[in-house]
Amino acid sequence: MGEDPATLREYYRQMALIRAFETRAAEMYTRAKIGGYCHLNLGEEATVVGLVAALRADDYLFTTYREHGYALARGAEPGKVMAELFGRADGLSLGRGGSMHLFDPAIRLLGGYGIVGGQLPPATGAAFAITYRQQAGPASPAVMCLLGDAATNIGAFHESLNLAALWRLPIVFVIVNNQLGMGTPVEAAAAEPELWKRGCSYRMPGQRVDGNDVIAVRDAARAALDAARGERQPALLEAVSYRLRGHSVVDPARYRSAEEAERARRADPLPAFRARLIAEGVLDEAAAGRIDAEAERAAAEAVDYADASPAPDPGTLFDHVYATPAASVHRGLPGDPVAGAGGPGQ
Amino acid sequence: MAVISYRQALHDTLRAELRRDDDVVLLGEEIGVFEGSYKITAGLLAEFGPRRVRDTPICEEGFTGLAIGAAMLGLRPVVEIMTINFSLLAIDQIVNNAAKLRSMSGGQVSVPLVIRTPGGGGQQLSATHSQNLEVWYAHVPGLKVVAPATPADAKGLLAAAIRDDDPVIVIENLALYNTRGEVPDGEHVAEIGRAAVLKPGRDITIVGYSRSAVIALDVARRLEGEGIGAEVIDLRSLRPLDRETICASARRTGRAVVVEDDWLSYGVGAEVAATIAEGAFDYLDAPVRRVAAAEVPLPYAKPLELAALPDAGALIRVIRQTLDATRFAR
Repeated sequence: MGEDPATLREYYRQMALIRAFETRAAEMYTRAKIGGYCHLNLGEEATVVGLVAALRADDYLFTTYREHGYALARGAEPGKVMAELFGRADGLSLGRGGSMHLFDPAIRLLGGYGIVGGQLPPATGAAFAITYRQQAGPASPAVMCLLGDAATNIGAFHESLNLAALWRLPIVFVIVNNQLGMGTPVEAAAAEPELWKRGCSYRMPGQRVDGNDVIAVRDAARAALDAARGERQPALLEAVSYRLRGHSVVDPARYRSAEEAERARRADPLPAFRARLIAEGVLDEAAAGRIDAEAERAAAEAVDYADASPAPDPGTLFDHVYATPAASVHRGLPGDPVAGAGGPGQ
Repeated sequence: MAVISYRQALHDTLRAELRRDDDVVLLGEEIGVFEGSYKITAGLLAEFGPRRVRDTPICEEGFTGLAIGAAMLGLRPVVEIMTINFSLLAIDQIVNNAAKLRSMSGGQVSVPLVIRTPGGGGQQLSATHSQNLEVWYAHVPGLKVVAPATPADAKGLLAAAIRDDDPVIVIENLALYNTRGEVPDGEHVAEIGRAAVLKPGRDITIVGYSRSAVIALDVARRLEGEGIGAEVIDLRSLRPLDRETICASARRTGRAVVVEDDWLSYGVGAEVAATIAEGAFDYLDAPVRRVAAAEVPLPYAKPLELAALPDAGALIRVIRQTLDATRFAR
C-alpha cells in the first residue's frame, strides 16, 4: 500500500476501538443503562476512521445522530462518550444531549444532530464564518459535514449545497451511504440512487468511494478538503458501506433478507482490514490480538467510567438554557407557582 | 431625542451595529441590491459591501441554518426573514437548532443569532401573508422573542438582540414601519425581558405588544377625557415574559384587558390572562378579557379583513363592558 505501517496500525486501532465501544453500547442498552435512541457505527468503521484521518485539528466536523465513532476517532475520551450515553454529569454534553447530540468544541466536533439533515445548514454556516474571517489557502480550516443517504432527499440538503457552491464555501459534504434509511433501501427513496451525482446540479464535484476501504476514504476526503481550503471548492463525497445492525439498537432489521445479511457480514471492514494488515506484514496475529484486547479494555473502562459518573443534579436543570440571563425567565418545576406572578407560595 | 420612524430606527440601529462590531453580518432575501422588501436595509450594501450585507437565494431553511452555524463560530448574524409567514420554512432550524444547541451541548456552544421578521395583517395581503405567529416562537425555551411597539424600542430592543449571546427573534410589524416617535440619541440598549408601563392609570390595565400596544395607548388617552384611568402595559418581550409588571398593575387596578393581533386560542392573551389569574386573583373585580383576531385565515377583501382584526373600537367596547360589570363610576 505504500503506507507507513504505524499509520495503518493506528487506523486499525481506531476501528477496533469503535467496534468494541459500539458492541458494548449495544449491550449496555439492553441492560437499560442507555435510554432513548442509540444508533451504532457498526460496519461503518472504515468510513469513520478514513474520514476523521483526513481532517486536520483546525477543521470542523458536523455529524449525524450516528456519531459515537466519529467522536472517538476525533479523540474524545471513550469514558466521556459512554457517560453521555448513560446520561451522566461527566458526559461529553453534560448529559444534556445523549447519544444523538455529542458536542466537543475542543476537538471541533460541533454536534451530532438528531433531525435528519438538520446539520447541513449550520455546517454550511460554519464554512461561511471561515470565509468571513480568513483567506483561501493551505492555512484555512475547512468543514466536513456528514449526512446519511436518506438526507439527500430533503430540502435542506439542496439548499445547503446550493449556498455552498454559490458562495464557494470550504465544506465537504460526505454521504455516509450505508444503503438503508431506517428500513428503506436507497433505490426506493432516491430517484438518482448514485447519490454523489446530485452535486452535479450545483456544479459541485462528486465522487463515490468504497466506504469499506479506509485508505480510499481518507484520500478522497483529504483531496476534497484541500480543494475546499485552498480553492474554496466545496465537494460531495459518497462513501458506501453497509450497516451491520438495525437502524438503532432496538431494530431487529427484519426487512433485511438472509442473503443481504450475509453480504454485509462478508463486507465487514474490520476483519477484512485486519487480514489485509497481517497478509502485508504490518501486523502479526499476536500484535493484532493485542490491539483487539486493548480495544476491549478501553471499552470496558469507558463503561466503568460512565457507571461511576454521577447523575446530573436536578438543581442544574435550568443551567445552559440561556447564555445571557434575561430578566423574568421562568424557572419553575411542574406544579410550581408561576414566577413573578406573586401567587400563593411565593 | 430625534423624532424618527420605526423603519428609520431599525435601519439606523443596523447601521450603527455594523459599524460597531465587525462580527455583525446581515443575511436575507433582497436586503442588498433591492435594499429590503420594506427598505429597512436601504443603503447598507453600498456602505458596507457584500461581505457584511449578503443577499441570499430564496431558501429560508438554508440561510437561517447557515446563520446558526456562523453564530456557533462567533459571528453575530442578523437574518431578515421577509415576513414571519416565511419563517415557517425555517422553523426546524429555529426550533430544533437555534433554541437547543446551547442546552444540548451542555453550554459548550452558543448561538448569538438575531432573526428580524415583520408580522401583522391589515395590508390586504391575505391569509398566507398576514399572520401573527409570535407565540409559535414564544413557546420555545432557548429562544428570546421581542416585539417592539415604538421607534425607541425598535432601536433599543434590536441593539439588545444583536448584543445578546442567545438567539433572539425580533418581531417587527408592517403596520408600524411608518409610525414615528422620539428615539434616544447615541447608545440605547433596552433590557430584554422587561415590560414597560406606557401610561399609568388606576382603573383598568390594558396589556398589548407591538401594534396592539399602540392601539392600547391610543385608547387609554381617549378614555382619559372621560375620567377613566387606563394603565397601558407594553409587553415588549414575549419570551421571557415580565409577569411581575403585569401582575403588579392588575393588582393595582383590579381589572385587565389584553389586546393582541394573534388568534385568540392559545395566544399571548391566554398566557397573560393565566398569569393574572395566578398572580392577582384576589384583587380582580372582573374576569380578564381578551381582544384578539377573529379565528379565520385572514381574508383579502377589505371589509372582511377589517372585521377580523382587533381595533380601538373593539378594545373600547370590551373595556366598557369590564367597567360596567364592576359598576365602575366615572
